[in-house]
Amino acid sequence: MTALLTIIIVLFVAVAIWQMVKIFDLAQVSTDTSNSGVATDHDNKINGYLMLGFLVFIYAITIISFVKWGDLPLVSDAASEHGSQIDNLMIISMLVIFTVQTITQFLLHYFAFKYRGEKGKKALFFADNNTLEAIWTIIPVIVLAGLIIYGLFTWTSIMNIDEDADPMVVELYAQQFNWTARYAGQDNVLGMANVRLIDIDKANVLGVDEADPNAQDDIVVKELHLVVGKPVLFEMRSQDVLHSAYMPHFRAQMNCVPGMITKFGFTPTVTTKEMRERPDMIDKVQDINNIRAERSKELMAEGKETLDPYEFHYLLLCNKICGKSHYNMQMNIIVETQEEYDAWIKEQKTFKESLN
Amino acid sequence: MSTHAVDTHAHDDDHGHHHKETFVTKYIFSQDHKMIAKQYLITGTLMGIIGVLMSMMFRIQIAWPEEPNVLFEALLGKWAPGGVMDADIYLALVTIHGTIMVFFVLTAGLSGTFSNLLIPLQIGARDMASGFLNMVSYWLFFLSSVIMLISLFVEAGPAAAGWTIYPPLSALPMAQGGSGMGMTLWLVSMAIFIASSLLGSLNYIVTVINMRTKGMSMTRLPLTIWAFFVTAIIGVVSFPVLLAAALLLIMDRSFGTSFFLSDIFIQGEVLHYQGGSPVLFEHLFWFLGHPEVYIVILPAMGLVSEILASNSRKPIFGYRAMVASILAIAFLSTIVWGHHMFVSGMNPFLGSVFTFTTLLIAIPSAVKAFNWITTIWKGNLQMNTAMLFSIGFVSTFITGGLTGIILGDSALDINVHDTYFVIAHFHLVMGISALYGMFAGIYHWYPKMFGRMMNKNLGYIHFWVTAICAYGVFFPMHFIGMAGLPRRYYTNTAFPLFDDLADVNIVITIFALIGGIVQIVYLYNFFASMFIGKKAVQNPWRSNTLEWTTPVEHIHGNWPGEIPHVYRWSYDYSKPGHDDDFVPQNVPLKEGEEELQH
Repeated sequence: MTALLTIIIVLFVAVAIWQMVKIFDLAQVSTDTSNSGVATDHDNKINGYLMLGFLVFIYAITIISFVKWGDLPLVSDAASEHGSQIDNLMIISMLVIFTVQTITQFLLHYFAFKYRGEKGKKALFFADNNTLEAIWTIIPVIVLAGLIIYGLFTWTSIMNIDEDADPMVVELYAQQFNWTARYAGQDNVLGMANVRLIDIDKANVLGVDEADPNAQDDIVVKELHLVVGKPVLFEMRSQDVLHSAYMPHFRAQMNCVPGMITKFGFTPTVTTKEMRERPDMIDKVQDINNIRAERSKELMAEGKETLDPYEFHYLLLCNKICGKSHYNMQMNIIVETQEEYDAWIKEQKTFKESLN
Repeated sequence: MSTHAVDTHAHDDDHGHHHKETFVTKYIFSQDHKMIAKQYLITGTLMGIIGVLMSMMFRIQIAWPEEPNVLFEALLGKWAPGGVMDADIYLALVTIHGTIMVFFVLTAGLSGTFSNLLIPLQIGARDMASGFLNMVSYWLFFLSSVIMLISLFVEAGPAAAGWTIYPPLSALPMAQGGSGMGMTLWLVSMAIFIASSLLGSLNYIVTVINMRTKGMSMTRLPLTIWAFFVTAIIGVVSFPVLLAAALLLIMDRSFGTSFFLSDIFIQGEVLHYQGGSPVLFEHLFWFLGHPEVYIVILPAMGLVSEILASNSRKPIFGYRAMVASILAIAFLSTIVWGHHMFVSGMNPFLGSVFTFTTLLIAIPSAVKAFNWITTIWKGNLQMNTAMLFSIGFVSTFITGGLTGIILGDSALDINVHDTYFVIAHFHLVMGISALYGMFAGIYHWYPKMFGRMMNKNLGYIHFWVTAICAYGVFFPMHFIGMAGLPRRYYTNTAFPLFDDLADVNIVITIFALIGGIVQIVYLYNFFASMFIGKKAVQNPWRSNTLEWTTPVEHIHGNWPGEIPHVYRWSYDYSKPGHDDDFVPQNVPLKEGEEELQH
């Protein structure tokens, strides 16, 4: 099937190229110097118009991309306190980019069309103009100064972890190719840990120090539960290679580095349940499920397993190449109310209880 | 400074006549810069074909994940059992594609070709300062290419840790098949490549400083030479750091040191490494890695500046600002590497510093873009293929460069870091742009290299299809990045969340396949024109620079007689008071004519 498609594409392209050679050839019957390899007035004209066409193409692909794929979840569905700050900055940056892009591409392609060469015309000898150059040095300086200042304030406020807010401390532990979380328990202090203490026989897979009193009430789990409105501070470790804890809905990402602890803190603001009920999210999930149903039909016809319907979950993804199954290293994140969280955590075994 | 060259050329001429060249000294172990340039170009082209083919293969995998394909079965052999691409080889293809395109095509193929061809010809020198070192540089590059290709065939697979080869993944053979022999060969190949690059760069620097002809002051240099000169300086400053990182990584891998490794438990055992840090490697890597993108883009900028001016029949606008912005970019390029590491775990304060320096780079870049646009304003544009690619360069450089404002901003980078947004950004701003610069250079200087013209109609087709496909591939890619899709995923089917992006990926892949296939038109044009192209005249584009004063047939020493003296800058196009719309640099000022104070 794919092979056939590939062959068809190749054929299609070959025909298209042949056709275009013909067009350019036919277009040049009248000019005598056509095969000198240097552009003639005729070439200038055709390519000038094509430049104008290309400008339209750039605008078109911009509009199509925004309309078709531009619901931009990453600028609309932030589920953390700092997320909306990032989204605002993103929108402002996008507006700046969009404006500059539209204007400069217009100037470039329009000039290429307007000033296409003609025999006998002479170009303007215009080598320098300090005022002009000062203008387009100073304008970027001002715009960028604004963006830099706004960006730095945002960055500082995100990365400054406010210890006074008494965040819930959670360890994210990465290994090829899965995630584990460790809650600090009643004392909210994580027990010491090192990969040298890993004892598979005793089910101490994170290398937690069994003698550390702080470790006794730690809770090791495979699903991340967070409390809405409560700050959480992640302390990240990796046991083998670099991984990156990427939580796109929370606008959070930090690498997990063997040999050191990295940190990232945020406050979730929308529970999983609330997120599922948002009209945008309902539409998105519906859309995805339509695609999956379609795909399932094809799979059924081939006698293969069908796809389960999709239900929205916040996700933790690995976003640093880590080996063969990098593409499938994930963990669900559940944001819930304090009561739901308390009920869940009560059911989990403490580290001490979990040891064999 | 320049009198030196003038004094010695009589001596060179004597030798030129008696020198007998065999096939081996002329075509293989040549010390002539023009031949070495062609060797670089053809080797780079062959590597480029492999790099592009790889990208087409993994694009097919992304669009139609885990579907059998005869192409895979034929090309990948045991890595595609039943025609389904294996996840390990997917990562290897991504890794080697990146390595080949960045280093072998866009560094050696671009800079190696045009620095070698144009530096002596445009500054008025008989050859490079050291023809022998130049030859050694090429053959080291050739050797490193061969080793890189050999690494594709080792038992456990080629390097697959991404072109950035971050340890511990690249350091531990048990972490990944490709981190065994494949990675060793990758490191050896790169170490040789760096040696080659350094020899070349030193040669370029010395040649530009010492061997300019009489009258060729630094402020009369064409912008191409400025770009090559500054590129060489960046290379000399930053490449040794990558060499150091590669050597330390080799030691960690083979001699048990712990520069980059610490506290590792893998496959049921604790390794002995203690005290090292992978973040150190990231610093060393990006201290080269970021300047590297300017090593790639600056030569392209130089070529494009020259071609835009020549084909607009207008002086380049703001020559001094162009030189100043090259210097500013070069300086800033060495202090921005940390923007690749905002979420690496380094101190957030450093993130602030690197955000600041990174966004500063937008200023000289903006100046360059506006100056290019002003250069074509009120020009008399000759739409040769090289001109089209140069305009295309400015277009993709702007589109790709603008998103740098997002990625360079640490707060925004948190969420798009390592997603397809990054891929879209850097492919447009340094991949496609630099390739356009390279194509522009090839179309423009082909008559100088091979004495024949390339077919312009095939050139037009090549440009227009490539231009549409480049946008078709990389523009939508920003949007899947903003939807949170990480890069280097073998398939996205493990996340239902991304199911609605599958159709975008198919669109991208179709554009990528067409864009890849249309390069055949270029390859045909390139190779066939050597034999059937129309014979070139001495100065087909009516340009001002000195290379067009040399005879069409290559001779050792470049000029049959005396080296021309230079009396003006290289951008006297359409100067009032002259009949022609160009005045070559070796034409003395007319009586009463003033040289432009630029």
